[in-house]
Amino acid sequence: MTTTHDPITTFEVGGVGHSVLRKEDDRFVQGAGNYVDDIVLKGMLHMAILRSPVAHARILGIDASEAEAMEGVVAVVTGAMLEGYNLAWMPTLSGDTQAVLATDKVRYQGQEVAAVIATDPYIAKDALAGIFVDYEELEAITTPQQSLATETLIRDEKEGQTDNVAYTWEAGDAAITDAAFAAAHRVVSLESHYPRSHPSPLETCGCVSDVNPITGQVTIYLTSQAPHAHRTLFALVAGLPEEKIRIISPDIGGGFGNKVPIYPGYVVATAASLVLGKPVKWVESRSENIISTGFGRDYHMTGSLALDEDNRITGMRAAILSDQGAFFADAQPSKFKAGLFHICTGSYDFGAAHVTAKGAFTNKAPGGVAYRCSFRVTEASYLIERLADKAAHEIGMDPTEFRELNFIKKEQFPYHSPTGFVYDSGDYHGAMTLAKEMIDYDGWREKQRNQDPDGKLIGIGIASFTEVVGAGPSKDYDIVGLKMFDSAELRIHPTGKAILKLGVKSQGQGHETTFAQIVAEELGIPANDIKVIEGDTDNTPYGLGTYASRSTPVGGAATSMVARKLREKARKLAAHLLEASEDDLEWEVGKFSVKGSPESFVTIQDIAFAAYTNHPEGMEAGLEGVHYYDPPNMTYPFGTYIVVVEIDQDDGTWEVVDMVAVDDCGVRINPMIVEGQITGGLTEGFAKANMQWISFDDNGNCIGSNFMDYLVPTAWETPKFKLGETVTPSPHHPIGAKGVGESATVGSPAAYVNAVVDALWSRGVTNIDMPVLPHRVWGALNGVDAKP
Amino acid sequence: MYPPAFEYWSPKSLDEALSKLQELGHDGRVLAGGQSLIPMMKLRLAAPANLVDINNLTDLAYVRADNGHLAIGALARHADVVDNDHVKTISPTMASAAPWVADPLVRNRGTVAGSIAHCDPEGDWNSVMLAVGASVVATSTSGQRVIPIGDFVVDFFTNSLAEGEMVTEIQIPRPTGSAGGAYLKLERKIGDYATAAVATFLDLATDGTVSNAGIALTAVASKNLKVTEAEQMLIGQTPSPELFAEAAAVAAAACDPESDVRGPAEYKRAVINAYTKRGLAKALAQAQGGAS
Amino acid sequence: MKVTVTINGTAQSADIESRKLLVDFIRTELGMTGTHIGCDTTSCGACTVLLDGTPIKSCTMFAVSADGHEVQTVEGLKNGELHPLQVSFKENHGLQCGFCTPGMMLVGKALLEKNTSPTDDEVRWAISGNLCRCTGYTNIVKSIQAAGAAIEGN
Repeated sequence: MTTTHDPITTFEVGGVGHSVLRKEDDRFVQGAGNYVDDIVLKGMLHMAILRSPVAHARILGIDASEAEAMEGVVAVVTGAMLEGYNLAWMPTLSGDTQAVLATDKVRYQGQEVAAVIATDPYIAKDALAGIFVDYEELEAITTPQQSLATETLIRDEKEGQTDNVAYTWEAGDAAITDAAFAAAHRVVSLESHYPRSHPSPLETCGCVSDVNPITGQVTIYLTSQAPHAHRTLFALVAGLPEEKIRIISPDIGGGFGNKVPIYPGYVVATAASLVLGKPVKWVESRSENIISTGFGRDYHMTGSLALDEDNRITGMRAAILSDQGAFFADAQPSKFKAGLFHICTGSYDFGAAHVTAKGAFTNKAPGGVAYRCSFRVTEASYLIERLADKAAHEIGMDPTEFRELNFIKKEQFPYHSPTGFVYDSGDYHGAMTLAKEMIDYDGWREKQRNQDPDGKLIGIGIASFTEVVGAGPSKDYDIVGLKMFDSAELRIHPTGKAILKLGVKSQGQGHETTFAQIVAEELGIPANDIKVIEGDTDNTPYGLGTYASRSTPVGGAATSMVARKLREKARKLAAHLLEASEDDLEWEVGKFSVKGSPESFVTIQDIAFAAYTNHPEGMEAGLEGVHYYDPPNMTYPFGTYIVVVEIDQDDGTWEVVDMVAVDDCGVRINPMIVEGQITGGLTEGFAKANMQWISFDDNGNCIGSNFMDYLVPTAWETPKFKLGETVTPSPHHPIGAKGVGESATVGSPAAYVNAVVDALWSRGVTNIDMPVLPHRVWGALNGVDAKP
Repeated sequence: MYPPAFEYWSPKSLDEALSKLQELGHDGRVLAGGQSLIPMMKLRLAAPANLVDINNLTDLAYVRADNGHLAIGALARHADVVDNDHVKTISPTMASAAPWVADPLVRNRGTVAGSIAHCDPEGDWNSVMLAVGASVVATSTSGQRVIPIGDFVVDFFTNSLAEGEMVTEIQIPRPTGSAGGAYLKLERKIGDYATAAVATFLDLATDGTVSNAGIALTAVASKNLKVTEAEQMLIGQTPSPELFAEAAAVAAAACDPESDVRGPAEYKRAVINAYTKRGLAKALAQAQGGAS
Repeated sequence: MKVTVTINGTAQSADIESRKLLVDFIRTELGMTGTHIGCDTTSCGACTVLLDGTPIKSCTMFAVSADGHEVQTVEGLKNGELHPLQVSFKENHGLQCGFCTPGMMLVGKALLEKNTSPTDDEVRWAISGNLCRCTGYTNIVKSIQAAGAAIEGN
């Protein structure tokens, strides 16, 4: 370990560094969680959505009369009706507009066309068969390459749109990079498609919209990772007064970025409730979730490294062609059109990089959410780590040695990257050393050298990733104009118990525990005495929500800061109680004492009581405060993962036989929860490397639209992991934490793929795109083009 | 996620069930485990007007060793044949396949007979049944007939049951000599249908030659495919890796897989080839009393 | 149709459509929302209940077929005090978002009734009809094993 962080609090207090058991679990293990679909309101109606069966077609007419006549059907909503309320279109998170219910055309299979509101969900589903839509089919554009080549416009409704380009963007310096490549001793290149994937949290998306016809109060129970931002967007989209909108995001059954956007179903259900004066519930089916809500990835990437004769990297080029689907709806900071992809220089020290990106509209679902990742960091990390491995193999150098040669050194931090990031801290060599030792790297290489060439082939893959998380400093980071600060409000009650209210929103990460621990660390109030509230916009301070590993870096920092504010007030109260000068007081966890007379002290609980019963004249009563934290920089978690696979040459299947993940996410607040995040992320990384993707046929039909064909691993396929840690605190975060929810999903895919390619390198295989399906491996071994 | 409406019938005896099926004719459909039917209804790919639920016919929930064969009643669940002594003794091929059918929870509810009647070419059981030469007992109000599995499996989701008939039992013949078998399945994850799978069965005479052989393939044709030509190559011969390789090549040539997201046809053929060889080797080892 | 199902030891009757799925019967007729729905294709196991002691997917069974049978849901695990599985999932961080947890615990219960000391692979095999998107399964396996040890110890 680089640094250890020994807890300063006792286990009973449960501050930073303790594996405090989760406070939220009592309700979950008893089936008493409260998810959106569990909510039942009086008189509640149910909504089902009719979706386009085709990828691209003009709508010539919609006849819903049969559905409307069915018993139990209350209303059928179409785009034409929404137009009357100016709600047929809505803004996306990337400044585009998206159809709520299609009026002119359908642009992807699964697009929302009409909705049935009925007294029962079974009836609502039945009634969809009573809506007849007349489609005139158009050319389906299913790849970005096709999109840029064709004259068929997907977004013909957009004024001034003359092509299918969604955006262009660049970062870094072209001239310096050209010079580096001109001087290169060797250039290593890779073309790769990071395929379309879907977060697919186990709970799908849904809402219960409840508009009170008398008061105009709009209450929306929503599967939302960002309830405050959603409230503002609802106000803007629907023209509703924001003070009358209350978003309640109850227990969320996993998010992974899928629950960041606003979806048409939410808007339609809310509009229906507004018109009908009754609550309306809409909960997606799994198929609807996969075919229409925010996907991740779908980046076609070309990357090159320039190397000098000493095998040092001197420059990098990366070109992205992204498949955006029918609307540009990436959930990302507005300044960065390709998210934070320009972190693609990764863990390596070189001065020249140039990134270009272009997005193309296609007849596929929109999305581009940060699927368990900080805005395209996953794609970036994958590209550089595949390139690093490829470079090592081309040179004939051990891939760990190549990395160690090129790593940014510990003493170079803060490190200015060629694309404009300032890495806060790191010890890449330390993580690599530990990972190699834990997995017995040399032992595995030895086994690989001695393997039977006709038997199972051993491959060893490495990834040494660097993430950039914790968006973000308001000078650079906003989503639809909303700056990416976050907030915490802390109230300490007279009896010394506390309530902490946050702008972020847990979806399973354990915020009710972790954030209480931060307060425990700062004030010495036991974590179990602190109630954490999130997800109710009427009762929490404004924040941008939980995604992109930002809760601990931003919301966690806000929590520390508000606690420290209260500690300063507590000092004044303590001075009053101890009849001492503030300057003569010393703080140690949970109490102020008079310097030199430790027997003369008051506890935080004594102070809290005094704040309401015995505060000095001239001081405001109470002990509460709020803090809006604007981070000075992003945080940069990192780690090294090493994977060993064995490949069956007959059928191309591969199995992970050993895996070590060394993560450095700075100070770990709750080590148990951190490790849970890592094993979860490693599994999602494995899923993408091994099986999980969405593909489309030439007509734009989605293949992999349910859990029979969109493959997410069970416990049986999931590898067994060994975890290691180093601790390099973030120098600018109040408690040195960096965020960890996504590291393993970001870092691990390249490690798995590198392992498979390593096994096959001697057979002439230099790349297999994800998912590394058995037939692709077999195809690579046998020289057969085994697409898809 | 919501199935369409239907009339529900819950007979308390086999006779009552058969009468109801007779009465409903084409409009009646048996509901056993429902693990294929109900998902199809939820996706609105099936909309039967009447379901005759046979789950109360608990007399049919048996797996037993009858004189000449292993008998599996219509209400035996997949889980009932996993790790079952009768199955292990009489049909090693079936024992090998049992854990790989669907997932553990689906196995607790879905029935062997229902899966066989479903005739999904990606389903596992019909390959096993073809390899071991099973028979299907079909019963109606007018009596019973025993249908060889090869005649029962007609095509893609099509069996040879007549209107008013239901499957009441599956019969698997007892091997005459020392037997072994295997079911090797390539699936993408637990619960998946096969990308390709091979059921193998070898029955050895006392002189070590093959007295009976079975090879059948899953998911590589419009129905589960029995490779008679390859079986015939083995019968009467002394088993050897070379012989198995020849049979495997024949099996690979006999199948007609489609290229799809699970891989190109030639890949699936290669898997069939490899798994046939491996399956026969496993069957042989088991028949010879070695490791299974 | 009128059905009577014994849920967690209490007979519950209702007049329902024959097409009503058992999971919807439990969730909407009886208002017991601990049993969840995560897919449409019998793939995820979020809806797992014990039918006469055996784990099944309640999204793939009609409630009318459960007439006269016993069903146990997550709400029935606690018997005065938390079931050892509930304790061990908590102590071993066997859950994150909690959506798959009821199903995992019920499958675990059925497994431990047969074998209180399953190996890692035996647990993984038993829960392979249940998906979790958060944990990577590691701690679910640990939780079930720890519960087995606790039951064994008692």
